[in-house]
Amino acid sequence: MSISLKNRSLISISDYTPEEICHVLDIAEDFEKNPHQNLLNGRIIASLFFEPSTRTRLSFETAIQLLGGNVIGFSSTAGTSVQKGESLADTITMVASYADLIVMRNPIEGSARFASEVSKVPVINAGDGANQHPTQCMLDLYSIRKTQGTLENLEITLVGDLKYGRTVHSLVEAMCNFNAKFNLVSPVELKLPSVVKQHIKDKNLEYHQYTDLEEAIPHSDIIYMTRIQRERFPDPEEYEKVKNSYVLRNAMLANSKPNCRVLHPLPRVNEIHVDVDANPKAYYFQQAQNGVYAREALIATILGLK
Amino acid sequence: MEKRKELIVSAIENGTVIDHIPADKVFQVVKILGLDKVNNPVYFGINVESKKYGTKGFIKVSNKYFEPEDYNKIGLVAPTASIIEIKDFEVIKKQTVTLPESIEHIVKCFNPNCVTNKEHDVPTKFTVIKDAEGNIKLHCHYCEKNTTQDKLEFI
Repeated sequence: MSISLKNRSLISISDYTPEEICHVLDIAEDFEKNPHQNLLNGRIIASLFFEPSTRTRLSFETAIQLLGGNVIGFSSTAGTSVQKGESLADTITMVASYADLIVMRNPIEGSARFASEVSKVPVINAGDGANQHPTQCMLDLYSIRKTQGTLENLEITLVGDLKYGRTVHSLVEAMCNFNAKFNLVSPVELKLPSVVKQHIKDKNLEYHQYTDLEEAIPHSDIIYMTRIQRERFPDPEEYEKVKNSYVLRNAMLANSKPNCRVLHPLPRVNEIHVDVDANPKAYYFQQAQNGVYAREALIATILGLK
Repeated sequence: MEKRKELIVSAIENGTVIDHIPADKVFQVVKILGLDKVNNPVYFGINVESKKYGTKGFIKVSNKYFEPEDYNKIGLVAPTASIIEIKDFEVIKKQTVTLPESIEHIVKCFNPNCVTNKEHDVPTKFTVIKDAEGNIKLHCHYCEKNTTQDKLEFI
């Protein structure tokens, strides 16, 4: 049966079945080989960033341009009618009448789901606060599949802020579909929430919790590092206590598997030492580049052009 | 014995009896149904002996019948409750409340950063989840966070 994602908003990675995810990854692979494809042919995509973003916004806008589309929108709410107190519903309704697709980042959790219900055109969630960031998950999955040749039966080590890191939560949920084994490495204060751990338990998959990163490295296929995010801590003292918990250095990768790759959603602060950058196992910058192909694939499939 | 029980709270001619409420939830049920603000006669009991549950609570409200939405509210805080409608001292309808699969509009999401709390006119929508220990959680359709029973706040 052919898979169509036409007019389907992407709000949470769980909105897509594993087959649909793989379909998008196949298309992203095609875009990596041939990124310039004039499929949009002048169509208009709205890029609504209610809070600042570097990578996500630029990679979406790059993807749109590579597809021959035009971008309208804003990169912060300064000077927009949002600042005058316009409701999200009104902003979305108005923009949906101008554009063929809306890409939105908004710090309010659940705003993307709500926008998709108000909008007459599909919505792609580019991050709604601490809730979901499904396109990041898609590019993480793309990077994993590309470096490992498969998504099945991999051992994934997640490091750092497993409590507040939304990319970790989505990745766990998605990788549960592919029989993954998880190593969870975090300070006690930043353990994976039980609601996310439940996904692993529901699928009867194996997981181990570590506080020492070096114990998990030798058997990992993927080491997924995360930044401990200052902005998620209500108490600055709590942040100070855990901020330097895990720093990956090149020497620590000496016993890693040959296929092992280090991923990071970026931006990093100090959790990956710069001496890792030259190691061929460092994959985070290519990972960010893959974001363009994954987003091209999503835009093209949701608009029914692939 | 039966007669003595009758004397504790008299039967009502018309109205509703909410029985088998967990003893510690009676005041919460009174509040969520707004019975602290009505003019109708309201009788209630707590820590009343119950064959089925050990102790229970009950509420009798004269001249009032409840809407399905109220049944959902009761189901969330007192899932063991039964609701009996009385007309001319006769039982005309008796049913146990069931936990609804989803609820809309009636409960606030506990997450202050949820779109339902940040934007005007976004009604709340939850899936009701009962975990292995029997605890009820409301999974927000929007922010995907779970509101637990101890954080239930009715709109």
